[in-house]
Amino acid sequence: MKKNDSYEAFIKGIWRDNPVFVQVLGMCPMLAVTNSAINAIAMGGATFFVLVGSSFLVSSFRNLIPKQVRISCFIIIIATFVTVADYTLLALVPKVHKELGAFIPLIVANCMILGRQEAFSSRYPVRLAVMDAMGMAGGFLLALFSLGAIREILGDGALFGIKLFGENFEPWIIMILPPGGFLTLGVILLFFNWFKFKKDEFLAEVAEAERSGS
Amino acid sequence: MNTKTPSSMRLVLTLAIAGLVSGVAIIGIYESTLPTITANKARELREAVFKVLPGVSQMQQLVYRDGELVASEDTVKDEPVVYGGYDEQGDFLGYAIPGAGPGFQDTIGLLFGFTPERRLVLGMEVLESRETPGLGDKIYKDADFVQAFNELSIDPEIVAVKKGTTNQPNEIDAITGATISSKAVVRIINEAHSDWLQRLPAPGSEPQLRRDAGDET
Repeated sequence: MKKNDSYEAFIKGIWRDNPVFVQVLGMCPMLAVTNSAINAIAMGGATFFVLVGSSFLVSSFRNLIPKQVRISCFIIIIATFVTVADYTLLALVPKVHKELGAFIPLIVANCMILGRQEAFSSRYPVRLAVMDAMGMAGGFLLALFSLGAIREILGDGALFGIKLFGENFEPWIIMILPPGGFLTLGVILLFFNWFKFKKDEFLAEVAEAERSGS
Repeated sequence: MNTKTPSSMRLVLTLAIAGLVSGVAIIGIYESTLPTITANKARELREAVFKVLPGVSQMQQLVYRDGELVASEDTVKDEPVVYGGYDEQGDFLGYAIPGAGPGFQDTIGLLFGFTPERRLVLGMEVLESRETPGLGDKIYKDADFVQAFNELSIDPEIVAVKKGTTNQPNEIDAITGATISSKAVVRIINEAHSDWLQRLPAPGSEPQLRRDAGDET
């Protein structure tokens, strides 16, 4: 049962409550830095680190932080992790850091992260909080990567900078420009909603069949 | 979460401790990454200088101070800086001059190699830009455009003309679809050149390469 809880906390962020495709949170980095797969992964990775780290700390200290100042404390914790991520990326991968620019410091303003602290980490034990953070951040990373990969393949004819098509491929430049982000996200959201609609329909059918069968 | 209202003292203390711990953590990460970051920046600059000045194997920073160009490792804020390129014997080959100016979307920062003796641009490298992907970014992705800055005459100034109509040694093909970005690059080089024209010493009297510093190739 206990094992199930962690699994449930983890998996809901990846798919059922995916922060991007279902909750539609964190749209700013989602649209801004997904013009190539590598940028999307760097952004997703940085967010993963910040979310898991902050959730761990917030959950560990949840009984020590008075509730009147909890939001300020969450922000201090998140901002510290963001600064650490910012300098680490600058030192290790200066090229990627240059591409992401201001969006790394802006992770602090990603409502998904503060939202998880307020809604989950500050109420549950460390193990569950970390699993939840890993699920949510993993879902965010997957969403960013799928957008980044689709946009890079169509807009640049490449993935991770490796050309996939021959010389004759005419890149859809619009896909790596800002409108491409909206177009791709729109199509993916369409798919998610269609999938949910179909699933509900299917479940209703099964329920109907069971009722008439019994 | 505590149910009864905590005292203001406790609130203040909580925030103060959180801020203190966070401050220490940030100083820690800043101090530990600073050497790598500085080294990365220096290496990037070095590579760019070697790229815009073909044949150069040593470089040093030159600062325009009190009306003359001197070799100096450190700069006072806002002092104009160029980089001198030297061959293996330590003979002067040319300057790498940094320039920056507005592009189509944001500031374009670049570096170009210049030989005062022959009054030629030897090479150009865009260091930073946020030009439109697929169009304006050709100022550094289009090999033909970048190549055109090799041995380009700067007298009286560089002119960007419509593609395929170059017939003067100081003319360069603008990129189709990125005319504004191409012209911005040309303008930045021209402006940096005219700024430096008066500051550079007469050809032949360039600062000597200092043996003690900056040549750990």
